[in-house]
Amino acid sequence: MQGSMQAAAGAPVRQRTHWTDRCAHAAMALVALALVAFLALPLISILQQAVEGKEGEFVGLANFIAYAQTPALLNSLWNSVWVSVVVTLITVPLAFGFAYALARSCMPLKSLFRGITLIPLLAPSLLSAISLIYWFGNQGVLKSWMQGVGISQIYGAPGIVVAECFAVFPHALMILVTALSLSDARLYEAADAMGTSAARKFFTITLPGAKYGLISAALVSFTLVITDFGIPKVIGGNFNVLATDVFKLVIGQQDFAKGAVVAILLLAPAVLTFAVDSYVSRRQTAMLTARAVPYAPKPSRGFDFAMTLFCSLIALLVLAMLGMAIFASLASFWPYNLTPSLRHYVLGLVDAEVGVGFVNSLKMAGATALFGTALVFCGAYLLEKTKGMDSLRGLVRLLAMLPMAVPGLVLGLGYIFFFNEPTNPLNGLYHTVTLLTLCTIVHFYTTGHLTAVTALKSLDGEFEAVSASLKVPFFKTFWRVTLPICTPALVDIARYFFINAMTTISAVVFLYSPETKVASIAILNLDEAGEMGAAAAMAVLIGLTSTVATLLFMGLAWWVNRRTQAWRVR
Amino acid sequence: MTQALFLDLRHIRKAFGNFTALHDINLQIQRGEFVCFLGPSGCGKTTLLRIIAGLEVQSAGEVWQAGRDISRLPPAQRDYGIVFQSYALFPNLSVADNVAYGLVNRRTPRADISRRVTELVKLVGLPGSEGKYPAQLSGGQQQRIALARALATSPGLLLLDEPLSALDALERVRLRQEIRTLQQTLGVTTIMVTHDQEEALSVADRIVVMNHGVIEQVGTPMDIYREPASPFVADFVGKVNVLPAKVTAGHMHVGNLQIPVGGEDREARLYLRPEDVLARPISAGDAHVFEATIEKIEFLGAYCHVHVSSPALHPHRLTVYLSLNFLSEQSLQVGSTLPLKLVPERLKVF
Repeated sequence: MQGSMQAAAGAPVRQRTHWTDRCAHAAMALVALALVAFLALPLISILQQAVEGKEGEFVGLANFIAYAQTPALLNSLWNSVWVSVVVTLITVPLAFGFAYALARSCMPLKSLFRGITLIPLLAPSLLSAISLIYWFGNQGVLKSWMQGVGISQIYGAPGIVVAECFAVFPHALMILVTALSLSDARLYEAADAMGTSAARKFFTITLPGAKYGLISAALVSFTLVITDFGIPKVIGGNFNVLATDVFKLVIGQQDFAKGAVVAILLLAPAVLTFAVDSYVSRRQTAMLTARAVPYAPKPSRGFDFAMTLFCSLIALLVLAMLGMAIFASLASFWPYNLTPSLRHYVLGLVDAEVGVGFVNSLKMAGATALFGTALVFCGAYLLEKTKGMDSLRGLVRLLAMLPMAVPGLVLGLGYIFFFNEPTNPLNGLYHTVTLLTLCTIVHFYTTGHLTAVTALKSLDGEFEAVSASLKVPFFKTFWRVTLPICTPALVDIARYFFINAMTTISAVVFLYSPETKVASIAILNLDEAGEMGAAAAMAVLIGLTSTVATLLFMGLAWWVNRRTQAWRVR
Repeated sequence: MTQALFLDLRHIRKAFGNFTALHDINLQIQRGEFVCFLGPSGCGKTTLLRIIAGLEVQSAGEVWQAGRDISRLPPAQRDYGIVFQSYALFPNLSVADNVAYGLVNRRTPRADISRRVTELVKLVGLPGSEGKYPAQLSGGQQQRIALARALATSPGLLLLDEPLSALDALERVRLRQEIRTLQQTLGVTTIMVTHDQEEALSVADRIVVMNHGVIEQVGTPMDIYREPASPFVADFVGKVNVLPAKVTAGHMHVGNLQIPVGGEDREARLYLRPEDVLARPISAGDAHVFEATIEKIEFLGAYCHVHVSSPALHPHRLTVYLSLNFLSEQSLQVGSTLPLKLVPERLKVF
């Protein structure tokens, strides 16, 4: 007993670190360093700017007070909030109906309907704003109809609301389809056995089951709208919102302090969304047990017909929006000469030198897909499958989730503040495609991270232990086992990075120089210069590129599956 | 078997935050022994195995293997092969590549590797399966391959973490005997973690019964079953009737039976295995015989669990094992009475 008392009192036993584990620790430190430099520090510099005066002195909340005393800025805050609320109230019920039709009806052509409504994700969100201008703008085709219902002009709140509805719809739809697919058929069978009416089933089983999805969809919609920059810029007219204010304050007036204050205001709803969403997703998974039986809808003529009609209407609206942009981009001279020509494409690509921007976009998207996927996957692997360095591990885990809560505009602003600082050793990166790429990787980090973590978690947790017992270093197992098994997830992450890098505006709008301008930004410039047709053409071109890229990635996924997934017994 | 100390655990303690998973574990394992760690879930048996493997680090204490202090060595510098409940086979590698996984890294010539793989796959009874992927094999076959992979590098110690739990009942019985035979052929020191007492009793040289982070008893399967050192062991291993009793003047009083047990006066509990309540042979004049009434017969095939009550034990009931043949010979059914006998040597009193 004496011996045991001594042993218990001694310092805790520490295992000697194998050299391979040291490699893992060094890699983890590098990932942490990258996330600190390109995420944490830029965000901190926003906070710093917000509490500093013109000379860099600490002024406490003075900037916030000054902001609150500027009526014009407060007005933007109010505009942003009510527009976001209205869009959320319109989009979420529509998306819920659409998702309900997809998940719970026997409507024909489901994948077609789903595909059509997801197309807007492939183009910059401002495509819908451009298209609206062609429909309802000063020379719009249906301007008189709009004025007939009492709206004098599309520029301003009406345009923003409608365009945002289109832009946000696919995001809300994806969340709600997931929520409605997670259902337990046994609950409905039990209800049927007790002779429950359809309406009662809907209100007592379906709606409570999708509750968390609805909350999440509403929050995501609200956040996407309030932080969006492209749409209000194109169709907002004199209607100011927070996102356009940030741009004007920082780029126009060089008032960094007020810009930082607005950025923090934009950060608030995003952080709230993030917190609620992570709480909600935990509840959602807990609700569904492993034994749940997936719900299989039964045909019901009237209901299926109504759902088909509803979805057709939505799909038609989406197609009208897309179609108008394509049509207008091909029209020689709107609205007088509608003969198709490639004039706007030539004008945009050659005369306005968007061609260069387009190449920049491709470069940036390619680099984002390549390096982003590598960084995200290595980071996730190190977090999930290696041991040691627990405090650093916590930091990396936190930083990997943080980008979800940071709007692109805020991230971009942080990059200006941080990298434009002449004393920063990384100052040389400012205005380079490298920085645009890094910013985009960080901006979309979390979704990629979660995909990688899901893929890694599905692997047996003991692979690393088995390898160690066989004296095979972890990186060999990573190369021979982990990586080949996860290639489908890798392709998925790369595709996500590529598409988003092609279409993103909000983060990079602060970071480009004339030489490193990307195509999505060029659209904004063309629009500002009054070259609406060319703007439409470039937006369509980006959408087309994303579509081709998606098809290529799908082909790659197919090829990779054949090469590396032969062991999956089908 | 020559008695040569192979694995020595000295004062192992493991705490997770405020929870102590293992308290001062001391255990010696001889070379070539097959030892089972047996206990309910959460008793610390898997933690102890993982400490031996270096996958967990003990909070205090030492682990010595083959005369070497390995307490602080990382897993890769220890000498063992391990098999997990989940098999942990690499799904994208063929059976041959899985088995060869640890050999490739040792710069073994290719021809030697393939010879060794063929030998091992044959050893675990799956010759010809080298080209298959794990998903094409049944659970039992996968576990055999995992065993072959763990044995490929001829480790001095084989660790098995609930290797049979994921298999169906028949496969479990078959594979545990194969593991035992293989272990005896190779003479490799083996530790198997299990929560299945029947499994432990049937394969182990010695069983380490654990509960709440302490070792309750270490002994041969027969010791553990016949001479449980604590109420927990008696209860956990095998089926047992527990009756409250009183010891006065060297006799235990249970109901109106008196059985000599010795020891001081105390409140006690009587632990009585169902098979130790004898229905025959009973001769006239035998001591500790009492009349019992059958209340319920649970039919299990050749043997039945028979629940009986008796005025001699009132209000307590007993479960006894009676053979189906005995029941039919005596035309016993619910409500019948029969004489039963207790054997004092087979009783445990705690």
